[in-house]
Amino acid sequence: MSIEIPVDKWPGTVNTVTLGATEADGGTRAKVVTIGGEQSLPFMHFETEMPHSPVIALEMTPSRTDDWSQILLDAWGDVVEDPARWAAAIEAAGADVIVVTFGLTDPAGDPITPDYAVSTVKAVLEASGLPLVVLGPGQADVDNELIVPVADSTKGERLVLGLCEDGNYRTIVASAMANDHLVVGRTPMDVNLAKQLNILMTDMGLPLDRIVMDPTTGGLGYGIEYGYSVMERLRLAALQGDAMTQLPMLVTPGYEAWRTKEAKVGEGVPETWGDWADRGVHWETLTAVSLVEAGADVVVLRHPESLKRVREAIDELMTAAPA
Amino acid sequence: MALSGIQIYKMLPQTNCKECGFPTCLAFSMKLAAKQVELDDCPYVTEESKEQLAESSAPPIRLVTLAGPDRETAAGNEVVLFRHEKKFFNRPGVFVRVVDTEDTAAITEKVAAASAYTVDYVGIDLNLDGIAVEGASGDPAAFAAAVGAAREATGLPFMLVSDDPAVMEAGWKAVEGEKPLLMGANSSNWEAMVDLAKQAEAPLGVVGETLEELAELTQKIQEAGVEDMVLQPAPTAMGASLAMQTQIRRLALKNFRPLGYPTVAFASDSGDPAKEATLAAHAICKYAGFVVVDSFAPEFVYPILVLRENIYTDPQKPIQVLPAVYEINDPKPSDPVLVTTNFSITYFSVANEVEGSGLPAWLVVTDAEGMSVLTAWAAGKFDAEVIAKAVKEFGVGDKVEKKVIVLPGHTAVLSGELEEELPGWDVKVGPREAVDLPGYLKTVLA
Repeated sequence: MSIEIPVDKWPGTVNTVTLGATEADGGTRAKVVTIGGEQSLPFMHFETEMPHSPVIALEMTPSRTDDWSQILLDAWGDVVEDPARWAAAIEAAGADVIVVTFGLTDPAGDPITPDYAVSTVKAVLEASGLPLVVLGPGQADVDNELIVPVADSTKGERLVLGLCEDGNYRTIVASAMANDHLVVGRTPMDVNLAKQLNILMTDMGLPLDRIVMDPTTGGLGYGIEYGYSVMERLRLAALQGDAMTQLPMLVTPGYEAWRTKEAKVGEGVPETWGDWADRGVHWETLTAVSLVEAGADVVVLRHPESLKRVREAIDELMTAAPA
Repeated sequence: MALSGIQIYKMLPQTNCKECGFPTCLAFSMKLAAKQVELDDCPYVTEESKEQLAESSAPPIRLVTLAGPDRETAAGNEVVLFRHEKKFFNRPGVFVRVVDTEDTAAITEKVAAASAYTVDYVGIDLNLDGIAVEGASGDPAAFAAAVGAAREATGLPFMLVSDDPAVMEAGWKAVEGEKPLLMGANSSNWEAMVDLAKQAEAPLGVVGETLEELAELTQKIQEAGVEDMVLQPAPTAMGASLAMQTQIRRLALKNFRPLGYPTVAFASDSGDPAKEATLAAHAICKYAGFVVVDSFAPEFVYPILVLRENIYTDPQKPIQVLPAVYEINDPKPSDPVLVTTNFSITYFSVANEVEGSGLPAWLVVTDAEGMSVLTAWAAGKFDAEVIAKAVKEFGVGDKVEKKVIVLPGHTAVLSGELEEELPGWDVKVGPREAVDLPGYLKTVLA
């Protein structure tokens, strides 16, 4: 019997975006990372070749780590006290990209300053050859105060700067445009809000090959299904030809998973939850793998063991069935 | 796919006799297409049309039920590729595997533990669905003994795994009268397996390397008299299995009957719980009807069961709790009032934290149409007016003296407006995450 396999032919293509710049291109990165370019749903190799594998970023913070699970702090050890060493450890762990997320304070607990942000980002650039994503704490005024000087002092690196949000994107987009950087825009789990922000950012003149979108996800057990379906819908819209959804997607399963009680807390929880450390890594890994199936181009993780597991899954998914 | 009213109309007598109770055959066709009437209401429909219509109204993926003494589990009846298009209906049954080369004490222990496992997730009890007994020994007596040992420890449905008909026969006879999945038939053993499935009146698993091999087998097996089947695409590497599972689902939804059956995914052969967990997640997201795992440990099965619950939640109907004021740890009039939304995950996160802290509080749950705090706030369903209305409607002011009300940290911006809406109340801003509530209650409010 011969079976005619249904093949979807889509008119749209996801934008191709390159993170980081080597010396030849005006930066200092030892390697760059290219994402996007899909012409089919994730891993449908029998339809079109998937030009770029989803990539894995590991996240670090040069601020206080009190809200990081003890499991994560134990996994990284004392490098968490030194952003440069932490960055080097992330590269050694096998990440493709480093995400530097600033909180509101420095490690001593004092309000964070632009000088500290600039010197930290420079130290990280020095310590690692990977492309960087640099995110503010998510408060409009502080984000702008930190990200602008970082952008100015790292011109040409093609950093990904954020967070651009509905109420606060102009300053960051402008400083990215002036300094050859990229931006990431985050919207709360909604197809139309994602499109809207992408329209606003491109209206300022930032080319589409310098924007990635973070449609936001929930952690496993805490609304992952909303993020999952919004990502599937965004990707379907992109393939159908809607230009303002054709951006590669970056999501943060590490952050979302490790703030759930299941991953964060080891005491006073039901016995039926089992071993804390293993549970936390499963929680992050399963959140990430599901989002990769839904179309994520960049997953931002926190635990080095999760990176290994998600890497193995992505490598297998990238391998087509023997013809 | 189901036929449209017009397509059905063409198969009807088109005499407008009205005996069905509708003025025209077309009107009746439309009701039929909407599944609001039965075809039998038409006295004049031909046998040929009846057959055609019955064929087209059968679900594109057959519903297959496995049953043990105490429980059943079913897969199939799915109608979409993406959960947002409608929803995924039958949660994939998660089966824990034991092998007949293990000693019976070990089998009994593992099966009993897996069978007893239950974990509370937002008020829902999550459980495992069955046990897969694998005949690796090749010895019918050993397989029957393992099946018997497993059955002593549980009432869950079974999946019997062997490609040797003699071994399979010994296995199902040990649980005669039940509906286990006989896993499975392949190109060389299918005739003997069909005989067993017919004797046992049990569904038959069908193993194939390719879609063609699977489709040829299911047709032969169906012609030989077995209707209930479950497909096992042999490739287990994630890229290959994703392609095959997707193609099976797509073809089934296009009414390609030979592949219109639920599938099973064996995550159990990887020999590594880490790998097994990602394979199970992959199978749950992408179309498996049954998932077999070898590991059984709470920290391993809990996230898998939660993922299944999440992916199979109806996207149109988030799980909600009733808007009301909830009393946690016997609050007194001097205790604080906390506010959150009626999305069940939000409610349970907050309620569990407060309960766990041992400190009393009044928890006001507003009607946010089942959205979480941030989503509801962004959508305008959780603002000062809504909160104030809930506080008044539930008579919270009469229950407390101190009138301290705590907003979720993410919605700090609402505090000014809420002070205007609720004069006489002390509006405070709590932590952003529920997990930080106990600390907040102990330090800030103490």
